[in-house]
Amino acid sequence: MDALQSNLKLLEPVLDEFAPEKGSLITILQKAQEIYGYLPKDVIYHIAKKTGNTPAEVLGVATFYSQFRLEPLGKYLVMVCQGTACHVNGSEKVSAAVSEYLGIESGKTTEDGLFTFEKVACLGCCSLAPVIMINGEAFGNLTTEKAVRILKNLREKEGA
Amino acid sequence: MRVVIGEGSCGIAAGALKVRSALEKLLEKETIGSTGCIGMCFLEPIVDIYEGKNLLKRLVRVSEKDAENIAKAVKTADFSKISYLEISSEDEEFLNRQTRIALRNCGKIDPSSIEDYRENGGYKALEKVLEKMLPEEVIEEIKKSGLAGRGGAGFPTWFKWNAARKSEIKGKKHLICNADEGDPGAFMDRALIESDPHSLIEGMLIGAYAIGASDMTVYVRAEYPLAIKRLEKAIEQAKKVGILGENILGSGFSCDMKIKAGAGAFVCGEETALIESLEGKRGMPRLKPPFPAQKGYFDEPSNINNVETFANVAWIIENGGEKFAKLGTENSKGTKVFALTGKIKRSGLVEVPMGMTLREVVFEIGGGIRGDKKIKAVQLGGPSGGCIPENLLDTVIDYKKLSETGAIMGSGGMVVMDEDTCMVGMAKFFLDFTAEESCGKCVHCRLGTKRMQEILTRITEGEGKEGDIELLEELCEAVKDGALCGLGQTAPNPVLTTLKYFRNEYEEHIFEHRCKAKECSVLLEYEILPEKCRGCTLCAKNCPAKAIFGELKNPHVIDKNLCVKCGACSKICRFGAILIK
Repeated sequence: MDALQSNLKLLEPVLDEFAPEKGSLITILQKAQEIYGYLPKDVIYHIAKKTGNTPAEVLGVATFYSQFRLEPLGKYLVMVCQGTACHVNGSEKVSAAVSEYLGIESGKTTEDGLFTFEKVACLGCCSLAPVIMINGEAFGNLTTEKAVRILKNLREKEGA
Repeated sequence: MRVVIGEGSCGIAAGALKVRSALEKLLEKETIGSTGCIGMCFLEPIVDIYEGKNLLKRLVRVSEKDAENIAKAVKTADFSKISYLEISSEDEEFLNRQTRIALRNCGKIDPSSIEDYRENGGYKALEKVLEKMLPEEVIEEIKKSGLAGRGGAGFPTWFKWNAARKSEIKGKKHLICNADEGDPGAFMDRALIESDPHSLIEGMLIGAYAIGASDMTVYVRAEYPLAIKRLEKAIEQAKKVGILGENILGSGFSCDMKIKAGAGAFVCGEETALIESLEGKRGMPRLKPPFPAQKGYFDEPSNINNVETFANVAWIIENGGEKFAKLGTENSKGTKVFALTGKIKRSGLVEVPMGMTLREVVFEIGGGIRGDKKIKAVQLGGPSGGCIPENLLDTVIDYKKLSETGAIMGSGGMVVMDEDTCMVGMAKFFLDFTAEESCGKCVHCRLGTKRMQEILTRITEGEGKEGDIELLEELCEAVKDGALCGLGQTAPNPVLTTLKYFRNEYEEHIFEHRCKAKECSVLLEYEILPEKCRGCTLCAKNCPAKAIFGELKNPHVIDKNLCVKCGACSKICRFGAILIK
């Protein structure tokens, strides 16, 4: 999948601190994702080697949890909340509008590498439903028009 | 005079930091303070003006444009120009009708200040426990209080603590806090950790002392970065003043605390799956017995409690278990925090004594349905819970009474639905969730939830057939029986309760191809009322399927075979000529 070679040296401090601790595999994967933006295959193999797990075991953990990405992210991570309160207040229409505007399905990244669109479980801002979160910033009380406008503004800002 | 800004996740999402930046340009830094979530999310951003400890004014729905007026008012002590921002007396009822024990400090203190916590009585209970009480006495006090697990199971807390205390299995004892809060629609624990992290530390320390644990771990879901940040800071502060670490407050009791973040898996809210996750593995639940008190974290005795459970502990120790037990009903003591959301006028966090009716919560505190529409049901307990219909709203908040309706108390998510909510759509929504989140270990849960999801999807898309309802009922029984853990065992609940109380909606979808709530778009029919249509052609121009025909100034017609039911025509028509059936 990736012919890229990751700079494994970046992971050394994390492995030095956490590899000796039992039960720390998820923490190591989280820190690795913070460094590389996602979990490249060679990083997974390297972590397996250094923690005494098989690559299958590490990949098994990485694929179980929705936080871990095995593919690089776009510049803007657009998360559309699928919580109950958001659902009751029209989040499906917002999801559909975002998907249509960006031209991608949930879990995918736009070709220009700008946006990754994800449907996520409850963000915990239920009173502002429906909510989307872009790179950690929450936008609430949305309509389909407002949501698309936010994305349009970001696109314009990037000169795309 | 001080200006205190509400800076919980909701406040920030509503624009509180912009208000702060604007005020920082106009006022001295020392006059601007920060607090957490008061739970009146429908009024955020909230700015409180204090004189010493007295709350002078509560300003709501504040925007950065109001900063100048606020700054002037604070400088001149003349509040006439900001009266438009003051909270109304009706909205004040939202808080006045609550009884806040777990949420006692939320929205009042600065969550990043241990001094603030202590000034408001914090850590007094811990001092009392370490100086004057034996672990058995602590457990006895919790027993007197009747405190039961607030994560949803409602199991007596004292019993779990006692079992862990008495465990004869070799090894260290571990105290774990379940802050995974995965139920969609629930954010009580998030608000607690963001707004009063020290009450969690104090409650946990008392629990650790009671069971004999020397380390504590809080498992917080990955999706709560602000809560993690605030808790990290609180732990650091507690360490500095000797409340965490070796020889706490000179008592000889030592205990450490750390945070481990989840990685996005609803099933890890189940205690044994949580332990697997803490061990760095896939979060797949274990068979019980053995219970975590016997074999928990790396097979050592462990006790897991929910955030809200711990948030009550310090209050109980300080005020006495009997005082807590005075509130509530015979089998449900104390208070419960709910996240009241959905089609409600006043949405936010509500803490009430057990025994209050659902109707009172929804109408007296929540202010009733948005737009004054008709209430249809209240959903309690997230994906493990059920929908309680309008005619049962006088059910009291009580573990037993609520489960008699087919729903459960749950962790506290309370979603209000009105006449425009499709109940089959709600069942599908929850099955979409549980089918995705099933860990896959048990065949019945893995396949059963998937099949139920498929059937519900077909029904909402107009492809329901004779026998579908019976098949759903059969699958519900099978999944309940064959699932190892709570996720699978309760996944059928949303289907079972909606079938029990709203069977007619299922039948309408299947046999009449109708969705009376007008939510299932595939089942809707769009028609132009000729008597209202002015022939302005706007709808035809905006129809993505080019399904509308007609001449200028003549009534138009929608070709039902071409219509994709997107609703664009209905949105754009200025004459109300589009009828949706």
